[in-house]
Amino acid sequence: MATTEILLAGFGGQGILFAGKILAYCGLMDNKELSWLPSYGPEMRGGTCNCSVCISDEPIGSPLVLTPDILIAMNQPSFDKFVKEVRPGGKVFFDSTLIEADTDRTDIQLFGIPSQQMADENGLKGGSNIILLGKVIKETNIFSLDTMKKGIEKVVPPTKAQLIPNNFKAIELGMNA
Amino acid sequence: MERKLMKGNEALAEAAIRAGCKCFFGYPITPQTELAAYMAKRMHKSGGVFLQAESEIAAINMVLGAASTGVRAMTSSSSPGISLKSEGVSYIAGSDLPAVIINVERGGPGLGGIQPSQADYWQATKALGHGDFQLIVYAPASVQEMVDCVVKAFDRADKYRMPAMILADGLLGQMMEPVEFPEINPDAYDKSGWAANGHKFKREHHIINSLYLQPDELEKSILDRYKKYEIIKKTETDAELYLTEDADIVICAFGATARVAKSAVNSARELGIKAGLFRPKTLWPFPVKEINEAAKNAKCLLSVEMSMGQMIDDIKLAINCSKPVHFFGRTGGVIPTPVEVLEEIKKLGGAD
Repeated sequence: MATTEILLAGFGGQGILFAGKILAYCGLMDNKELSWLPSYGPEMRGGTCNCSVCISDEPIGSPLVLTPDILIAMNQPSFDKFVKEVRPGGKVFFDSTLIEADTDRTDIQLFGIPSQQMADENGLKGGSNIILLGKVIKETNIFSLDTMKKGIEKVVPPTKAQLIPNNFKAIELGMNA
Repeated sequence: MERKLMKGNEALAEAAIRAGCKCFFGYPITPQTELAAYMAKRMHKSGGVFLQAESEIAAINMVLGAASTGVRAMTSSSSPGISLKSEGVSYIAGSDLPAVIINVERGGPGLGGIQPSQADYWQATKALGHGDFQLIVYAPASVQEMVDCVVKAFDRADKYRMPAMILADGLLGQMMEPVEFPEINPDAYDKSGWAANGHKFKREHHIINSLYLQPDELEKSILDRYKKYEIIKKTETDAELYLTEDADIVICAFGATARVAKSAVNSARELGIKAGLFRPKTLWPFPVKEINEAAKNAKCLLSVEMSMGQMIDDIKLAINCSKPVHFFGRTGGVIPTPVEVLEEIKKLGGAD
């Protein structure tokens, strides 16, 4: 497997870094090489937030993702900014509750699901990011469901372990969307 | 060994604790703060001291005090904070004390920015303070290497009784990578001949001092120190040579930039351009022997840095200006991309 470059982007507070961490831990569970790099600084406080994750069988070169194979977009500015950068043949996952997918690109695949609305309707407040991850593992073969569950168990801190079943539920919702 | 996922800043802190660091003094600054936060959480559990000083200047002088007693002591900061520490670093060097100083660089000059930079190369390798002195400077390029460098820095600082620096940057500090912590059994160096740790009326006072009013005495202390530096230059250099054996063009880069450069070298090879990478892991002493080995068949060299080109002079001196040394860099917190570096390689190496 060549390196899979993933970019997650949205507003601060949507769980962008958390979702990125789950992907990173999935890589760790599967014994892959990986890197996780957050944007840091004032843009995190209320503004846009993004996170680069690289998964590979070989050591990672630059951890900064500029041309993603997989883009996970959670707000309109992020979608508009990064959809142009997606590598040809790449896949874009986005929350269609918040994003109008306006792009003329035909060389990439778009997967929009109303993840925010699904989270609200299923009592999974703040689970939109995880629902999108469910869609990602359904439409790509990057990680198995089993790996994803192990990744979630690693990232959710022990003091919040009661939230693990909700995260599993969110993954399944995304997989069936 | 268990592979853990850790931020570079946290791994630096954990490695220091495992290497027997007993005193950490610091002051928060982005993009280094996670290091101090980790120390605040963990240091007391391992029987050490974490203290947030009132300023960077206070922190480095606390390191001076702690190191005087013979314990392993450390401070960390980012570029503007390191400038503040420079007086204390000079005193530590002038007092022949071991200490570890970590710089998770950000853009400068002045308050600059908070994004990654390598523009403190000159400061770290030429003049982190006034007077004739050097620090051993390590330049890790991954979270794992950050761990290994910390362990080595504490060891060499004790061995040579001098300050050692880890020169990292915001990218390495903020990124998470898998990391393994080896079993660390730090060598115990005998400090009983100089440490000011209480004479209990059983021996003479040990005096930690950097003041010599007689020029010939001061000169002698410096000459002795430079004899030590000559040994370090012969024994402590370290570098990675990647695909340099048949390389027409050798890219020179350290730290995070070396990762970008390596991606570009791989892309160049796919295009049939014979590119290689020379990556110094020690910036002082500069790996002179290693770069000459890396560049032996090269037509030219290209230094890639997150600065305006602070390593070029060392490269030219090391190869005695025997080949052209070109430069490509981004500065002010901008990270060069593999595509940009590849374009430079094509310009230099792809033409003939």
